[in-house]
Amino acid sequence: MTKTAGHGLGGFNPVSAPDYLPVPLLRDLQLARLQQIVRRAYENVGHFRKQMDARDLNPDSIKSLQDISKLPFTVKNDLRDTYPFGLFASPMGDIVRLHASSGTTGKPIVVAYTKDDVEVWTSAMMRAFAACGVGSGDIIQNAYGYGLFTGGLGAHYGGEALGATVIPISGGNTDRQIMVMKDFGVTAIACTPSYFLHLLERASELGVDFHDLRVRVGIFGAEPWSETMRRRIEEMSGIKAYDIYGLSEIVGPGVGIECSCQCGLHIFEDHFYPEIIDPVTNAPCAEGEEGELVLTTLSKQAMPMIRYRTRDITSFVEGPCACGRTLRRIKRIGRRADDMFIIRGVNVFPSQIESALLAVEGTLPHYQIVLTREKGLDQMEVQVEVTAEVFSDRIGALEALHTKLESELEHTLGIRAEVRLVEPHAIQRSEGKAKRVIDKRNLG
Amino acid sequence: MKIHQLSLFLENKPGQLTAPCRDLADAGIDIRTLSLADTQQFGILRLIVSDWKRGYELLRDKGYVVKDTEVVAIEVPDRPGGLLEVLKVFEKSAVNIEYMYAFTFGRGDKAVLIFRFDDPDAAIALLNSAGINVVGSVEVYNR
Ligand SMILES: [Zn+2]
Repeated sequence: MTKTAGHGLGGFNPVSAPDYLPVPLLRDLQLARLQQIVRRAYENVGHFRKQMDARDLNPDSIKSLQDISKLPFTVKNDLRDTYPFGLFASPMGDIVRLHASSGTTGKPIVVAYTKDDVEVWTSAMMRAFAACGVGSGDIIQNAYGYGLFTGGLGAHYGGEALGATVIPISGGNTDRQIMVMKDFGVTAIACTPSYFLHLLERASELGVDFHDLRVRVGIFGAEPWSETMRRRIEEMSGIKAYDIYGLSEIVGPGVGIECSCQCGLHIFEDHFYPEIIDPVTNAPCAEGEEGELVLTTLSKQAMPMIRYRTRDITSFVEGPCACGRTLRRIKRIGRRADDMFIIRGVNVFPSQIESALLAVEGTLPHYQIVLTREKGLDQMEVQVEVTAEVFSDRIGALEALHTKLESELEHTLGIRAEVRLVEPHAIQRSEGKAKRVIDKRNLG
Repeated sequence: MKIHQLSLFLENKPGQLTAPCRDLADAGIDIRTLSLADTQQFGILRLIVSDWKRGYELLRDKGYVVKDTEVVAIEVPDRPGGLLEVLKVFEKSAVNIEYMYAFTFGRGDKAVLIFRFDDPDAAIALLNSAGINVVGSVEVYNR
């Protein structure tokens, strides 16, 4: 079956109009909204006012967009320290929704929305779907989790408002997902990229070929994924795979999305103002230079976030996009500032190790990085679980794999790492985010 | 006649052999012979068991990385030069012997060796034309 486009593809969707705002108008709008939001936060959020006062700043200090760099940062701990409602700028009477993100440790982070906030979020999600060609006539299988997590409801509201048909299937129950996709003629799916890969694997076990289904678009987010993974997904399924970006602290999904060019994510910067800074010096990065993404919500009423440190590492994509959108683009996020470690003076991200393992094995095996210090010298051991795909009954083949892994790692990282092949399940599984780095250097 | 060998990945640490052997014994699957090839870091345990299909599924479901490989059991005269006669068959052929190990039982004055060839079908054809006895699977699994 050929994959026919829904009604949304090809034609211009009016919801996308703000994506094409002329840049000077966009900057004026951003400045006006920034001034308003700083005033709102200053007048209603004690935590923010204290930080402003300590810097001798007040809402009138913002005279240009560049002045944003004077403002204090907000970090995740600020949300924890003021748990649950300390950063709210609206009375509970105006708040219509609460979400919470599961922190890996301790208390969750609570976020709030007024009616207007839900509308802004919905419009951002509509624009996100529209940017990847989804519209009225499409059937969206929404396999993001519904609940405290923002993914499910965010995509749900956006899809419905766009006039698409939304199936609120939520996550899990893979066999039913595949049945629904087939029987309901689903044309678009929203979920995490790793869950989609799992769907593909299960479908092939069940004898279902995605090329025979009507699904043509995937909107994948909520975790970092790579260009290699995109290619694999697209080859295996025949769909177009788009990267969507968002985080609960800012709004949820819909902060940014790829357009049909698939060359960077457009940020809906009329609502979410992006900066990229050096995570160590906090200085703004030059155009194209990699750094930490910092976001300011320009229109959020219930919980304005001023200069929120996302810990996500990216860079601005230079130049205008072929799609004509004037919204700035960021590179897909492959790593987080928190994940970085330094060994023998070299900055290493687990994502680099992943790409090396992926290059050798074709799929990403379970792995763990163990850092130790021997005689004052840092050592890195990468433990890699042997999978059925790479296992051989011949010693020589396994030794060749071992050598290949070590040389690929050295090539990617620029430093030597020991590879240790371990048995399946030798590496402890954790609920949620995997613990990739065990740093034993400070213990001895 | 090819027979099925199961290979398992094991880390090279004490006691690693016990668990898979116990798992097989608990399921009533007999180990006909085993051989361990190892390096400093890891080892490959190669097994011929009484019921390879059930053994394969059991070990896989228990979470082992297990591979099923076709090998050839060959009867070798248990006297000086006996093995040499077999090896000579392959000397000038394109068939490679990846590895070999002895079976735990013999038959009278003959020993049985397990050979892993890169091309087992070609190997069997060569052995047959040289008049060397390839041991049948029923005999191996039920021994
Ligand atoms: Zn674009």
